[in-house]
Amino acid sequence: MTTFLWAIGIFLLVNAFGCLARAVIGPTAVDRLLAINVVGTKTLIVLCLLSFIYERTLFVDVALVYGLLNFIVTLAAGRLVETGKLKGDWA
Amino acid sequence: MSWIESIRDALVVVFACVGAFFFLVGTLGLLRFPDYYSRTHATTKCDTVGAGSILLALALLRGLEPDMPKLLLLAGLVLLSSPTAGHALSRAAYRTGLKPWLKEEQP
Repeated sequence: MTTFLWAIGIFLLVNAFGCLARAVIGPTAVDRLLAINVVGTKTLIVLCLLSFIYERTLFVDVALVYGLLNFIVTLAAGRLVETGKLKGDWA
Repeated sequence: MSWIESIRDALVVVFACVGAFFFLVGTLGLLRFPDYYSRTHATTKCDTVGAGSILLALALLRGLEPDMPKLLLLAGLVLLSSPTAGHALSRAAYRTGLKPWLKEEQP
């Protein structure tokens, strides 16, 4: 089962590098933000897989915090693209 | 290995392979679609289903241990946050005047 989890993790890492290609060539800023969000989701899954591979349950907590930070970063960057500022009203 | 563990491992492999397939489809959509809105259509849905499926498989593999509700909580977080982030980014793109891609220009 550990070999299978390694295979899934490496597959997801290859997919993450494909998404990074979109983050490099993306024509607009929101394209890059979407690609970064997808890479963050894949990293979260790889962290959960590593917690099973190395038998460290602490990695699941790290993945939980990583998911929350990924969500907040995407929302804040989308707001910065939309309004041009980070504080004040969402006009 | 008893037969119930065999059934559990088979279910884990099936769920994880479905999740990996959806991740592959999402990556292909992100790389190949012509427009921002179609790209967010592909990636947010496929990433939600793929992450939820793989996390469900991992929770099934963990069994009844104190770690299992954390994995289910993580699956719920991904199911909530990924479409919300996609919607926020799409709203930002639409408010800043990014035009959707059309197959033929309107007359």
